[in-house]
This record gives sequence, C-alpha cells and structure tokens, in this order.
Amino acid sequence: MAQLIEQLFLRHFDNPWLRAQNDGACLSLPPDAGRIVMATDCHVVSPLFFPGGDIGSLAVHGTVNDVAVAGGRPLWLSAAFILEEGFPLADLERIVVSMAEAARAAGVAIVTGDTKVVERGKCDGVFINTTGVGVAVPGVTLDPANIRPGDAIIVSGTLGDHGMAIMSQRESLSFESELRSDSAALNGLVDAILAAVPGVRALRDPTRGGLAAVLNEFAQAAGCGIHVRESAIPVRPEVTASCELLGLDPLYVANEGKLVAACAPEDAPRVLDAMHAHPLGRDASLIGYAQIDERCFVQMETAFGGRRMVDWLTGEQLPRIC
Amino acid sequence: MKYVDEFRDGTLARGLAQTITAEARPGRTYRLMEFCGGHTHAISRYGIADLLPSSVQLIHGPGCPVCVLPIGRIDAAIALAREHNVILCSYADTLRVPASKGVSLQHVRAAGADVRMVYSCADALRIAQDNPSREVVFFAIGFETTTPMTAAVVMQAAAMGVRNFSVFCNHVLTPPAMSHILESESDAALDGLIGPAHVSTVIGSRPYEKFVSESGCPVAISGFEPLDVMQSILMLVRQLNDGRVAVENQFQRAVTRDGNVKAQAMMAKVFSLRETFEWRGLGEIPASALRIADDFADFDAERRFAVGYRSVADPKACECASILRGLKRPADCRVFGTACTPDHPIGACMVSSEGACAAHYTYGRHAVTAITSPN
Amino acid sequence: MCLAIPARVIELLPDERACVELGGVKKEISLSLLDGVCVGDYVIVHVGFAIGRIDPQEAEQTLATLADMAAVSEDESLLTPPLA
Repeated sequence: MAQLIEQLFLRHFDNPWLRAQNDGACLSLPPDAGRIVMATDCHVVSPLFFPGGDIGSLAVHGTVNDVAVAGGRPLWLSAAFILEEGFPLADLERIVVSMAEAARAAGVAIVTGDTKVVERGKCDGVFINTTGVGVAVPGVTLDPANIRPGDAIIVSGTLGDHGMAIMSQRESLSFESELRSDSAALNGLVDAILAAVPGVRALRDPTRGGLAAVLNEFAQAAGCGIHVRESAIPVRPEVTASCELLGLDPLYVANEGKLVAACAPEDAPRVLDAMHAHPLGRDASLIGYAQIDERCFVQMETAFGGRRMVDWLTGEQLPRIC
Repeated sequence: MKYVDEFRDGTLARGLAQTITAEARPGRTYRLMEFCGGHTHAISRYGIADLLPSSVQLIHGPGCPVCVLPIGRIDAAIALAREHNVILCSYADTLRVPASKGVSLQHVRAAGADVRMVYSCADALRIAQDNPSREVVFFAIGFETTTPMTAAVVMQAAAMGVRNFSVFCNHVLTPPAMSHILESESDAALDGLIGPAHVSTVIGSRPYEKFVSESGCPVAISGFEPLDVMQSILMLVRQLNDGRVAVENQFQRAVTRDGNVKAQAMMAKVFSLRETFEWRGLGEIPASALRIADDFADFDAERRFAVGYRSVADPKACECASILRGLKRPADCRVFGTACTPDHPIGACMVSSEGACAAHYTYGRHAVTAITSPN
Repeated sequence: MCLAIPARVIELLPDERACVELGGVKKEISLSLLDGVCVGDYVIVHVGFAIGRIDPQEAEQTLATLADMAAVSEDESLLTPPLA
C-alpha cells in the first residue's frame, strides 16, 4: 500500500528531487536570490471535491498564495498527507493529479513529502499540509505596517465565491447554483502587480474570515482606520443571494483566489491596470482608503447610504435562522 | 432579487430621511423600539441610525430568540446531549451560546456529545429516520415565525410513526412579550413600537390591536428591508404627531389582519400555552411560551426525558434587563465592550449578533459619542 | 429575527414541495404551511418552509407610497420649515 502511494506521488509530481528518493530535497537557489520566503498551511475541507476545485488544488494554491502575498516567488512545495484508513485510492489519485496540475500551472515543484495513514474515524478522508519556499522579489517589502492614512485599498475580484461554493455542497443546506470556487494560484497576478508598482505597501489573500479579517489586520498593523464603500465591493449575485438565504455576510466568507492590495493613492491606477490586464484580476476594484483613526476601526459606507463598522468575525460563520 | 433590492434603494432612503427630519418636531423625542432582532440587524447593517435626526431614537428590543433563551434551558439541552446520550439537533444559532460555567453546545460536541447543526427542523426528523436505534431530540427555539415548521414536523413524525424523535420546545410568543414591556414601563420610556415582519406574516396584525389600545403605544408592523424600517419610522412619527394610537401595517405585501391561518391551525394543534416562561433579561412572563400539547406528548422531550429546569441568573453587573426595556443603552452598561463582548457574552443582549449590545458592538461603535440614558 | 427571504416558485414538486429561485440560486422548500401556491408566486422562505406569499399589488402600492414620501419631502423641506 505504502509503495503504491509512493508510486502515485512519484508518477504525478515527477521532478529530479523526488526521483532522487532522498529523505529531503537539496535545492539550489537562483544566483540572484536574496531573502527566502517560506509559508505553511494545513488543508481541511469538506467536501473534498467541490465545484471549481478539490482539496488537492486548494492545498497548492493556498500555500503558493501565502508565499506570493508575502512578496516571494514560490519555487518549491512540500506535501504531507494524513489519510484515513480505507480512503479510496481512486479519490487519492484524483487529488494527486489535481495537485500536480495546480503545481505545474503555478510553476512550482513538489519536491518532498510524507504520508501517514490513521485509523478510521481519526481523520476526515484526507488532510494535506503543504509548505512553500520562494525567493523574495528584490526591492519589494510587503508589510501592512507600512500602510498610511490615504492609501488605497484594492480587491482583485469578486468576494465569497469559494466559501459559498463549498456551502452549496453541504448536504443539509443544499442549494443549486452555478457558483464555483475561485481557488487559483495568485503568484502570476502578484508578479504583474509588483512589476507595475514595486512600492505596493501590502498584499494579503482574504481566505478564512474573508475581506473583513484582512481589512482589520491591515488597520491593526498600520495603526490607522480603513473606510470602504460597499457599492465598490464586487460580489456575484449568486453569492449575495445564497448569503441572504443562509444569513451570512459576503465580507466574512472565505476566498481562495483573491487578494487585497494596499498602495499609495497615486499608485492605485497602475495597480488597478495591472490587475485588470490579468485574467485573475479582471473584476478588480478600488474599495476604499486608509484613514487617520487611532481606534483602528474599519468602517463601511453602506450601499444604502448609512455607515457601519466592519468588525472581526466572532468564531466560524454559521448559517443563521435568526 | 425582486422584493428585496427595491427596498434597499439609497436614493429613496435619503428622501425618506429628509421627510422624517422635516416632520419630526423640534423639542420632542421619538423613542421607538424595534422589537425584532431582524430590525436591529437591518438598522445596524445598513447604518440607518446615521440617516435619522437625533430626535428619533431607536431602542433595540428583545426580539431575538437566542438572546432571550434562558441559560437554564440551554443547560437542559446540554444535559440531554451529555447525560441522555441523544442526538441533539439544533439551529446553528444556539451552538455558541455559553450556558452555565461558560459551557456551550459547541463545547459538549467537541467533548464527544452528538450535537448536530441543522438548517431546518425537517432535517432533524430525517436524522431520526436514519438512526432508528438512537433517540433524536430537536432543540426548538424561535418566535411564531419558526414555530409552525416545528408543528409540521411533529405532525409528520406522528403520521409516519417515528418513535425515536422528540422536540425540546422553547418556542416563545411575541405579543405577550411586547405587552409585558409596555406594562412594565413606569416612565413611558417608549413612544412607539416597530412590530415584527415575519412573525406578523404568521400571526397577522390582529393580535397587536388589544394591547395597543390598552397601552396607548402605537405600533407599525414593518418589513425587514431598510426602506421598510424607515417608512415605518415615518409612520410612527406621523401617528405620534397626530396623536393617534393604532396598529399600522407597513409590511402590507406579506402581512394581513388574519395572518397565515393554516400555520396557526397547525400550531394550535401541536402546542399548548405554558402558564409562564422565563425570558432571559426579562424574567417570567405569563402565557408567553408554548409546550407540546398532550395529544402529542410522545414527541415532548421534556416528558420523555424528565428534563428538569433550574433558573440561572445573569451576573449582577449586566444591564440587559434595563436595555431590553429601553431604559438603558448598551454603552450605559459597565461591562459592555470590556468584560462582555461577542466572544465572551455575559448577558442576553451580547449573545447573538441580533442582540442589542452585540449589534452595537459589531456595527455601531464608531458612532459612540456621549450617549446618555433617558433617566 | 426570523431570517426569511422572498423567492420565486419555479416548480411545484410532489409531497407539498417546490423549487424556488433567488438571484440565480435554486432551493427546494416545503409548502406544507401554505395552501394554493402557484408557479410564479413569490413566497417568503424561512428555514426551508414557505410561511407566506408576497402580494404583488401591495408591494407596488408600498413602493409608490415610499416614492411619494421620499419625493414630497424634498419640496417641503425646501419650502416650509418644520412646524414647531
């Protein structure tokens, strides 16, 4: 069995480092490399296969994106699998193929990995941890602490697609829609943004906790407030409608292929142009600005014309009846 | 979304706000309580308070079933899951509420109890059918909006002869709570009530008529969209200016005088009135809640498992009782935003996002400038 | 708050059930609390059940009243100061 699994990984992830079959991968940095960027993420999702992706592609995209928004060009990934006893091999192969495709498309190699099988009931099918290593893009420092009052806040596209696509698959909530997860590798988009404006202050991908969490992280790190306009925040009608049905707020729903950028106001048009020219940034929108506020509040002008706070999410967002 | 988007139009809202400002008389205040958490949510989420003149004050009422559910009832649900080894099915709203010793249903689930989140009570019945060897209890909460479906499912379970399904009934009634708040007013802190939307779709507008004429407090039944709320505020301002006291119905598109007669008949069949019921923050209110009727006693979890009830008081520092009656505002409470936050709620009003304090904490803190209590 | 939302009935199904649509999202619901529902009706959906129907004429009427209330005021607020 173990051998079978090893063969599966070798076949699909195929690269010189894996082929060497050592305990670890010995990697040579590009000649001009300066600092290293490293990120890790555990991936747990139910269902494992969903419209627009699966746990495999998600495990690649999630970590590639974490490296990319930290200002790194992702080069290598590790992949560790925890498998539940009895997990169908065919499903595992589907996941591995999907990971391999996602890694290839993102230009990264999966160079080392591990597999453990646990007793039935000790894990939900499969859990995947990936760690990514990349080299820092020279001359770029991405840090939300650099955000200043007046800076523009830009999102790269529609919000809530991933979370609501997953939600639509939950048995008890079942609703039908064309919604697909936005799961995607953002390193290409980040390259395009940094090429246009190396002085971008901060990038972050609004995964769990959604846009609201990122805006609050930015505000806290920078020690300023943020003011956004609801009408400028792109949300698909299906996401709005399914959120209405379940009592959820798209601002708090997870994304897996979007980023939030903060930049000097004079740089905003170039950041927007760079995003719009990239397939993953077509719906990019300038949603608001940082402002002086020592309470570090994130506030929103509602589409209705009022004002409200956009606070951190308390716990996991669950469907409401009241 | 038809019948939704039209009622969220910002341009109309600004016009309405001007009319309200123009018609609100200088030198007087309009203290209006929105009973329902749905209105509290709309007011907070759309920032309606920002659009109103300062003379119109909105007081967040107790109309959130999660907030007013007494800790003792959640303790009982926890005991069902932990000691009676049932599959306890519940709406997600109740899962996080801390009961005695800060323990929530989420905690006991993490500790191994079989607690399942359902989106509809029909799912709970399905779980019972799928697990014939287990007892399945539906932890029912909610106002009249949420009650008919519990009735429908109990009737369905009876018709199908499902023996392992029962309901832990905590359904509460809106009109008795509204009249309780008005009766306990010593200093007439409220000038008008914004009446519930979907509760009224079920019960109709008639049940409000009696206590409105008795209390002299006008009611405008209001839809849950932001323009609905603003229109209802204007209707109340006009009633108060004209010296009229009536039940007016802004939510005409979904509320009739008689309501949903079929749903009412199903509720009457499956439930009977409790003599009294404790509301968190408000205390005992006579004839304000429902239990499973004798004809359906087999489906009553309280009888099947001999569920005991022990009242648990909120900490003394908590001002929920005054806030729920409109006597104080969240920011008047010493523990608001310090010891009591949505992550660590101490009192009823902080428990769910619809609660007066939680809504203020989550959406309204930016506007806090010297809020004073009326007395 | 009794979270509920109007949705359009697009198909009647056996056993007092129906399929409704809202903003591109479809969901199956129960009609057991409401008699006489037809395809094309807008029903108010709460926890998977229709609890009431939207009356289109009343909705029009409410919107018309809203528009009046919002429009008249602009003139009035310009022309006449509020009564003391």
